[in-house]
Amino acid sequence: MTATLTDPNRPAQTPAFQKISPGRQFKNYLAMSLMGLAFLVAVIPLVWLLFTVISKGYSALLSGDWWGKSLKGVLPEQFAGGVYHALYGSIVQALVCAVIAVPIGILAAVYLVEYGNNGRFARITTFMVDILSGVPSIVAALFVFALWVTTFGFETSAFAVSLALVLLMLPVVVRSTEEMLRLVPDELREASYALGVPKWKTIVKIVLPTALSGIVTGVMLSIARVMGETAPVLVLVGYSRSINFDIFSGNMASLPLLIYNELLNPEEAGQLRVWGAALTLILLIMFFNLVATVISRFSAIKTK
Amino acid sequence: MAKRFDIKDLNIYYGKFHAVNSVNLAVPPRNVTAFIGPSGCGKSTVLRSLNRMHEVIPGARVEGKVLLDGEDIYASNVDPVEVRRTIGMVFQRPNPFPTMSIKDNVVAGLKLAGMKNKRELDEVAERSLRGANLWNEVKDRLDRPGGGLSGGQQQRLCIARAIAVQPDVLLMDEPCSALDPISTLAIEDLITELKKDFTIVIVTHNMQQAARVSDQTAFFNLLGVGQPGQLIEVDDTEKIFSNPSQKATEDYISGRFG
Repeated sequence: MTATLTDPNRPAQTPAFQKISPGRQFKNYLAMSLMGLAFLVAVIPLVWLLFTVISKGYSALLSGDWWGKSLKGVLPEQFAGGVYHALYGSIVQALVCAVIAVPIGILAAVYLVEYGNNGRFARITTFMVDILSGVPSIVAALFVFALWVTTFGFETSAFAVSLALVLLMLPVVVRSTEEMLRLVPDELREASYALGVPKWKTIVKIVLPTALSGIVTGVMLSIARVMGETAPVLVLVGYSRSINFDIFSGNMASLPLLIYNELLNPEEAGQLRVWGAALTLILLIMFFNLVATVISRFSAIKTK
Repeated sequence: MAKRFDIKDLNIYYGKFHAVNSVNLAVPPRNVTAFIGPSGCGKSTVLRSLNRMHEVIPGARVEGKVLLDGEDIYASNVDPVEVRRTIGMVFQRPNPFPTMSIKDNVVAGLKLAGMKNKRELDEVAERSLRGANLWNEVKDRLDRPGGGLSGGQQQRLCIARAIAVQPDVLLMDEPCSALDPISTLAIEDLITELKKDFTIVIVTHNMQQAARVSDQTAFFNLLGVGQPGQLIEVDDTEKIFSNPSQKATEDYISGRFG
């Protein structure tokens, strides 16, 4: 009896595919473990930090006055008052900064991508933006102090802080917007030109809307970034324990400044305020990141 | 509507690179002219210089004359924006505006030119979509994004967008190269219909397509690497595909090279 190829009882042959060799299995396992370990090393400090801040600061946030009252008239050892004044300062300084930096940054990016043609002026601008993004925040603060306070003779104020923040925010906005604009395919620009649409209208109505979601995300992230900056508030505005709505004069608190000042307070209430304000700052920045995500989802290009 | 082109001694450059050498060509109105030839021979470049899209590329420039009904589109007092308004273009890859709905895509040219009358825009949208044989497929979802359509539908959407501004000439740069045979057929049928109203110039790599849709065919070729592209011969499509007068044309269409 001869076995044919279709015979189910034909003698077994060596299979065409071999099992993964032990050496490869071991290397695979090793690489996986290393990557897992690297992930843990990266995550542990973050979790630890969040745990510390939350455990030490959450009780401050739960007190009724935290979000609605300033520290006006509160004694250093007193468990009372809140960060209303500092929250106002942080938000307003960042927003005033954004109002100045965002239009300049977006226009600069539009110039670089749409009009620069990689010419000499565009290359100089890119180089300057690179340098600006490497400037330490304390240097930006000192520069504004020298210019705004010493040379022009204005008093230190929240607005001076905003000016220093502009220097820090501008390169981030230019860079992120530039990248987003470069992602817009040239085909869309050409499609628009071919309809007889002028270049400026193509940029305003086609290119910017297409890149909008990315630009907004970049702007929100840069706002979140400058909110935590400490050097400008230390140099350019005095601390105040009460609310000051005027950005052009007087002392104004902000969360980093409040933390710094309460660190000098040896009382237990001061420690609680430090951690509470730190947690508040984290929440505030998280809030802005969250808003960035929501806006980018909302304005993302739909295909269905 | 439907004007004629006279191309006179057209030389095209990318910076210092001489891309196309001395093209002389007449494109009659209400007629389909096909540009064929191997890759890199300058067909698309010539096409793009017919509505001044060539100069969008930094360093690109053009010498010679392109007359549209006797008027030079490269004359110094001519606004390139106006030229492109008169001479529409459909590109190789469908490129609907991703932020706009189907309807807004079609009327984009008019809307961006400042037309606001909603009734009028709706009418133009319907007329153009019917003209592009797309109306029946999209009439129930005009407010959906254009990016959700299939490739063939997107390309017809782009054609609708191009004819919505009522150009005199329609330039098509390999409009079917990214499409399947059925969508290609739909577009070819459309070209035959559009011919009644527009002067059409189409670049194609598909010689059967050139034979099917065009009345006149121009064959471009490269004499060598680094040399400018040349217009070898132009004639009635039937003659080019049956009895071309140049050896190179015959070699190309019979598949002996290229």
